[in-house]
Amino acid sequence: MSFLTETLAWLVDPANWVGAGGIPTRLAQHLLFTLVTLLVAALIAVPIGFLIGHTGRGRGLAVALSGAFRAIPTLGLLTLVGLWVGIGLNAPYVALTVLAIPPILAGAYTGFEAIDRKIIDAARAVGMSEAQIVQKVELPLGLPLLIGGFRSATLQVVATATLAAYIADFGLGRYLFEGLRIRDYGEMLGGSILVILLAIVSEGVFALVQKLVVPRGVTAGLPTDIRDGSSRSRPVMEPTIKEGNSHVHSK
Amino acid sequence: MIEFHSVTKRFPDGTLAVDDFSLILPSHKTTVFVGTSGSGKTTLLRMINRMVDPTSGSIEIDGADIATLEPVKLRRGIGYVMQNSGLLPHRRVIDNVATVPMLRGMPKKKARDEALQLLDTVGLDRSLANRYPSQLSGGQQQRVGVARGLAVNPNILLMDEPFGAVDPIVRAELQQELLRLQQELGKTVVFVTHDIDEAFLLGDRVVILRTGGKVAQVGSPADILANPIDEFVATFVGADRGKRALHVENYGDGDVVVDETGRLAGVLVGERSTAASPAAGAVSAGTVSASEKSKAGLRAPGASAQGGDSQ
Repeated sequence: MSFLTETLAWLVDPANWVGAGGIPTRLAQHLLFTLVTLLVAALIAVPIGFLIGHTGRGRGLAVALSGAFRAIPTLGLLTLVGLWVGIGLNAPYVALTVLAIPPILAGAYTGFEAIDRKIIDAARAVGMSEAQIVQKVELPLGLPLLIGGFRSATLQVVATATLAAYIADFGLGRYLFEGLRIRDYGEMLGGSILVILLAIVSEGVFALVQKLVVPRGVTAGLPTDIRDGSSRSRPVMEPTIKEGNSHVHSK
Repeated sequence: MIEFHSVTKRFPDGTLAVDDFSLILPSHKTTVFVGTSGSGKTTLLRMINRMVDPTSGSIEIDGADIATLEPVKLRRGIGYVMQNSGLLPHRRVIDNVATVPMLRGMPKKKARDEALQLLDTVGLDRSLANRYPSQLSGGQQQRVGVARGLAVNPNILLMDEPFGAVDPIVRAELQQELLRLQQELGKTVVFVTHDIDEAFLLGDRVVILRTGGKVAQVGSPADILANPIDEFVATFVGADRGKRALHVENYGDGDVVVDETGRLAGVLVGERSTAASPAAGAVSAGTVSASEKSKAGLRAPGASAQGGDSQ
């Protein structure tokens, strides 16, 4: 019980909400770090994922590499890169980018792969160039799964970015390492709760975005779709359409 | 005019899809490739817009070797309609139809205006223009597919089993629509089907293919029925059996035509009379086989409406 009261006391202590080591600053650092990591990972993973998804080639290699990347212990990699490039944020950036690449890569190529081949074939047959197929067909239809990749990457990075504080005075992880060092368990737990809240909020935001990017025509005519309930997934229809019938002919 | 010159296609897995195929497809006519699966009919069709490139041989459109043309540009000038419509699910009907004209640089507004007119052409209500494909029935989707194929006003329209996935009644409707359209537009249509009734109904020329992309026989439907070149063709078109093996029976003043099972197929309305008998409405066979052809015409107005139920 005392842990909880300590934690609460730490969280509401005004002293912890101001200054360079204050919660708002560390929260902002944590968020910025996550964003930069995701951006760099996306710049690497999205084009490769699109290429794999579009051509259907290199999938086996991507799966194997992603698996290998996932198996790398992030703390170990962090230490290794830290020893190599020194104290500071560069090592955490590298380690966390490596962590974020596999889910984004998988989201990018599975998004493309999940599209009915007949649709792609038809787009090509009516005269779309390969770039136009990617841009006008595969990207909009594959976007929900790509966002799903970002969603799980974000979750992992938000949680694991605490490790940045291992070799830099940075982010919410600082509270964990500092609390551990000075045996202030209220600070540790308080820091953990902040990270958890951040993770939950980002999950919520991504869940919403993922729902919003589903193209209208894909949900149209699927009256029993689980995405129902949001007014957006309800297409504008003529009042005469019988929904019971319309889904029969859809894919 | 589309010309195939000794075209062979062997896929990387070793399958010989088309073997030394040569044929000239006349302009403004409907040529139907018909055969069982594995006969290479779809491969032949897809070679015309370079979705498949031949292993050897050449294909010319109006004298130009298509191997020298840029595939994307070539495809934008050829209408393509396929089974399951192939519409883009995330675009509204009108935008699906306007897709290719816009790829060719037509302003959006003009492309949409023309798309609306095309909906009229294929017999779709304009109120459907803002629906998504998944909100349409299978038959409606196919009509949108045809409208899209016509959107760039192509000389050539390729149709790959376009009515294969709809029910027989809708299929019959769509077939009649296509006949009507073709009468108005006079495109060079290349049509692929495995349904011999559909082939005889729609084709000015019918190309019967054997396994491995070999031509079994080429000719008008009547030619093929009257003179099947061999056993394979005779069996394939069903000239030797069932509802195509018709014979005449005399009943008092008139001759009736009866199929092999004894079912009344229609009346013979030769030189004596040109008016269709009411009984002819019940007819389900389209063509009289060799021995009965002579000068007499078989009136079978209902024939086409039953195209799908023969096998």
